[in-house]
Amino acid sequence: MLLQDKIAWVTGASRGIGRATAVELASQGATVVLSATSEKSLQDTAEEIELKTGKAPMIMGYDVSDPVSVKQAFSLFQAHYKQLDILVNNAGVMMDALLPMVSEEQLNRTMAVNLNAVIYHMQYASRFMMRRKSGSIINVSSIMGRFGNVGQVVYAASKAAIIGATLSASKELAPFQIRVNAVAPGFIETDMTKQLSQQKFEEKLNTIKMGRAGTPEEVAKVILFLSCDWSSYVTGQVIGVDGGMIV
Amino acid sequence: MEEKLREVFARALDIPEEMVKDELEFNSIPQWDSIGHLGLIAALDEAFGIMIETEDVIDMSSFKKAKEILAKYGVQV
Repeated sequence: MLLQDKIAWVTGASRGIGRATAVELASQGATVVLSATSEKSLQDTAEEIELKTGKAPMIMGYDVSDPVSVKQAFSLFQAHYKQLDILVNNAGVMMDALLPMVSEEQLNRTMAVNLNAVIYHMQYASRFMMRRKSGSIINVSSIMGRFGNVGQVVYAASKAAIIGATLSASKELAPFQIRVNAVAPGFIETDMTKQLSQQKFEEKLNTIKMGRAGTPEEVAKVILFLSCDWSSYVTGQVIGVDGGMIV
Repeated sequence: MEEKLREVFARALDIPEEMVKDELEFNSIPQWDSIGHLGLIAALDEAFGIMIETEDVIDMSSFKKAKEILAKYGVQV
């Protein structure tokens, strides 16, 4: 197994890409720590992992955008584990609005969850990784953070910011042999995409060269690659997982 | 406990223990630059089982100051 004896922390693990990633990493032997806003929402993921691996993951419900809560979560983690090998910053929110309709609350909330939380988690996780001079951090950006989209000024800005944070952190942490990379998914079948009308859904498919939406599992496979030693010399990269989507 | 702290500093910064005195300050030696500081904080976290707050990471400007900061976390030095 690729991640034997590794410990991985996945934020936003209750559904979609986060859930698929947590299951994938656990299936490869990692001990996983699941985080989401509420512990209750993590039950399904935890049960799936326990069923597949026979090992119950640690679950933590807290607000990823609150620095005090993040510190408490890492303190709790430290009471149980002495090492952290993999961090997947996946938690995110998407609230669409055209530029004139962007509210201050929407702006602040999106940046708090999509960007601030990523930085808080990298801050604490990297300190665990420095102890062993190894580790891998994967931040989930978006194709919108690279190319932008109508109605997504705030979301795209937050996802572009993740790329900047990833590139800078990769430079700071490379001397400690900690790798920092990002994935930029395109149109992925998640709860968010299920809300689209049939017409909107088909319009989206027409922008994808492969003619279909991606699955959370396909993103999780790329995150697995960046998590394990197969990518041991890869850092500061943003890997698109988009089936040739053109925005 | 001060001896343990001295050991952690020496190990993290890769300097002889004799160099670790109250007067030792951040950026006063090549080993204690910003990258060295990151490694030092990680080593202190691990050695004393604590999570040093971001403000204290910034404030830890000397060995003497480190002793004051660690006292806040219940580490008596």
